[in-house]
Amino acid sequence: MSRGGETKVVGHSERKVDALALASGQPLFTDDVDVPGLLHAKVLWSPHAHARIVRIDASKARALPGVACVLTHEDVPRILKTTAGQGWPEPSPYDTPMLPDKVRYVGDRVAAVAAETREIAEQAVRLIEVEYEVLPALFDLRAADAPGAPVIHDEPDAKAIIPVPYWPERNVAAHVDMRIGDIDAAFDASDVVVDREVETQYGQHCPIEPHVTICRIDEYGRLHIRTSTQVPFHVRRIVAQACEVPVRRIRVVKPRIGGGFGAKQEVLEDLVAMLCLRTGRPVKLEYTRSEEFVSSRTRHPAVSRVKVGFGRDGTMKALYLRARTNTGAYGSHALTVVCNCGAKTLPLYHCENVGFDGDSVYTNLPVAGAYRGYGGTQAAFALEVAMDEAARALGKDPVDLRRALHIREGEGSPVFRALGEGQEGVEQKIGSCGLARCLDLGAEAIGWKDRESRRGSGRFRRGFGMCALMQGSSIPEIDMGSASMKMNDDGSFNLLVGATDLGTGSDTILAQIAAEAVGTTLDRMIVYSSDTDLTPFDVGAYASSTTYLSGEAVRKTALLVRGQVVEVAARMMRVEPADVDLPGDGTARAGGKSVTFEDVARHALYARDQFQIGAIGSAISHASPPPFSAHFAEVEVDTATGKVRVVKYVAAVDCGTAINPKLAEGQIEGAVANGIGYAMTEEMVFNDRGLCLNASFRHYRIPGTLDMPEMVTILVPTYEPTGPYGAKSVSEICINGPLPVLSNAIFDAVGVRLARAPFTAERVWRALSGKGFGT
Amino acid sequence: MTANIEVNGAPRALEVDPGETLLDALRAAGFKGVKRGCENGTCGSCVVLLDGVPHFSCLLLAAALDGRKVTTIEGLGTPDAPHPIMRAFAEEAGVQCGYCTPGMVLSAKALLDAGPRPTEAEVREAFDGHLCRCTGYVKQVQAVLRAAAELGNTGTGTGSGTGERTGGAR
Repeated sequence: MSRGGETKVVGHSERKVDALALASGQPLFTDDVDVPGLLHAKVLWSPHAHARIVRIDASKARALPGVACVLTHEDVPRILKTTAGQGWPEPSPYDTPMLPDKVRYVGDRVAAVAAETREIAEQAVRLIEVEYEVLPALFDLRAADAPGAPVIHDEPDAKAIIPVPYWPERNVAAHVDMRIGDIDAAFDASDVVVDREVETQYGQHCPIEPHVTICRIDEYGRLHIRTSTQVPFHVRRIVAQACEVPVRRIRVVKPRIGGGFGAKQEVLEDLVAMLCLRTGRPVKLEYTRSEEFVSSRTRHPAVSRVKVGFGRDGTMKALYLRARTNTGAYGSHALTVVCNCGAKTLPLYHCENVGFDGDSVYTNLPVAGAYRGYGGTQAAFALEVAMDEAARALGKDPVDLRRALHIREGEGSPVFRALGEGQEGVEQKIGSCGLARCLDLGAEAIGWKDRESRRGSGRFRRGFGMCALMQGSSIPEIDMGSASMKMNDDGSFNLLVGATDLGTGSDTILAQIAAEAVGTTLDRMIVYSSDTDLTPFDVGAYASSTTYLSGEAVRKTALLVRGQVVEVAARMMRVEPADVDLPGDGTARAGGKSVTFEDVARHALYARDQFQIGAIGSAISHASPPPFSAHFAEVEVDTATGKVRVVKYVAAVDCGTAINPKLAEGQIEGAVANGIGYAMTEEMVFNDRGLCLNASFRHYRIPGTLDMPEMVTILVPTYEPTGPYGAKSVSEICINGPLPVLSNAIFDAVGVRLARAPFTAERVWRALSGKGFGT
Repeated sequence: MTANIEVNGAPRALEVDPGETLLDALRAAGFKGVKRGCENGTCGSCVVLLDGVPHFSCLLLAAALDGRKVTTIEGLGTPDAPHPIMRAFAEEAGVQCGYCTPGMVLSAKALLDAGPRPTEAEVREAFDGHLCRCTGYVKQVQAVLRAAAELGNTGTGTGSGTGERTGGAR
């Protein structure tokens, strides 16, 4: 599979470079430093879903001993921005002030306090007097643009900053549509048409480390932001914008962070930065778990409808997707998530007539943002359930139907060109596709062929489901990653990357790529990432871009460094550079001669014609090669209670070359676990006033060890010609599987369609009632 | 007030408020490996061993623990001299973001101290009460089984494998 020849570091399950430090509890995280004179910040959150602040009086809070600063909307400039940590100019609307004069959900910011202790800050928050004019609220995404609906963003200055549809007067934060071919005629000519609507719920990322930021003014008067972010460079830019501070006066450092999954692609650092600027003192803002649920960000809930038409022979004649996503109170990632509903699903199958309509609407509920899967999760549920229903209608095996229709190596899709993220897409041909093999191996692992014999007929019924998936790798023609690298006296290298390791292991993967390319071993690579003063730019950890794009930047940089090493080694050995071989063990050889990298470094630094061996390199992407995956599950449904037990889950994944197979498996297993949680239990529940009723791990159940099925992870290697050493992405794709797979498996077991997630015992039991199972 | 607690084998006179949790007291005393994830005993990232038994330190008042023995992750090993469980977590890729790891390592230690050859089901039981959002728990479970084999091989532990269940932090 490896077209680049044998690799010595890439493709090996090297130990994560930070694993032992993390496992031994070293103080690596944002809050693990003791900062003298630290102030503690607390936020007053809105108790109303929709209300104007008529009067706000913070005098009692300010008078409380130990309070250093109180900020309300009257104290900060009104600068509308987006909190979406995206590249500039952002495709998300500028609709979010630091502190609003009109609150738009229960949990919106009203005021902020910095005080000597957390307790004093909490007390001060309670002393702030606010008079609200409560407004009618909107909670139903289906009714968001109905005549007479409350207008959530009625302020005149909210706007989109790139030319995209933005209709706040109708609560439409984003719109996208696309037509390829003639779908109406193609549906008319279809023999079998399936029309399936599904609905997905409010869910939260639940990083075990909540959002935490420590700001201080450093010894040179600059704002130093130590924060749990996926996007340090976007934090710098957006805090500069919000606080009216030049970028050059801000340094953002991301230490180790305790998970992100998209939640930390959101720039919420503006408020604590302003508290720091106003007081001149260090300030920490750390979200509680309930604040993390309600006031950070969530997945966009969605209603997704897929209509798909087939000829009797199983050819797909027409494919139509209608997605309506709920962006909540502000439009963070509104456009790009809804675009991806189509972009990450519709190219998967051969079809000449494809249509897509997408809207993202405002409601008075928590703000949705980026979340692993990013639209793909919501729409893959609809598409892959529809494919299952189509297979039944056509009398075909669901695996065979997908095998016959899926996109293959060398093929393009008109959808790639028509649909990008907030702009037109980029045409691309599939450079690698292992989906056929994923289908074969996955089916074998679950025992697909003999599933009929394992159903059972009593109270407990077994069922089997499957799906096919694609995602992308980076945002083409938009994203950029870069790296710099220098050689040290002992032949080791500092590798500096803007890329952001949020627990994924990207520091390790990038170091493996660097070591491979320069010709040394992993232990000689010292990685430092995500510091806006020291590391070169990178858009950050999102869009499944780090391995593919930042990895390519690292490879290019390391090859430049390798060239310099070869030059010096050639000079030392008195041979031509073309005759120098770097076998990958930190030596350079030519004929019978040999020098070590340490010899080379010492020569370059101390001997003659000295210079620093080092380079900086950047990469942009011209394609977003999809990883592919096939998922299979076996479930057991208790027909008396509706309880569903996931017995076994198989994910076969083509991520190109797995730079580090064990870490790639970890990404797959983690994404599947998160997806199973979203499919089976996870849902933020609101009362009729928009208050979240279950903002805790006790009442919002994410999977624990005892909830997990037997998991089988299969890596199906391919070689992606545009990726570093053949790599694509792996982090997001597998979170999209459990919704359709488990819905399909439940249908297979008991013949009822769960179209609304999560598939709780109650929902399954209600669906089963009257279907003739027991009483 | 003062809480006299033995932390990782060394007596400590911790100055604490009456309402201060063990989590806050330990972090204030520099034991940053004790993590804050939920503050209501649901995520397990704050787990420490109290007299050898896993406990949520966010649910304990430090002042009530006078005379007790606490083990934090710092008491088990360092990157240069890791505990075998730490090393197994690292080798098996059981560490992703690492935020939940110290608590899980400590619960694994309690499990292995009671009987060094647990079954996979016993390991899963021992991790009930720990939430990890990065992994699917596969590799942490493998790590504990690997550590158990290594520890068993070197002769530590009591060796029965049918020891009393100690899993699940409280």
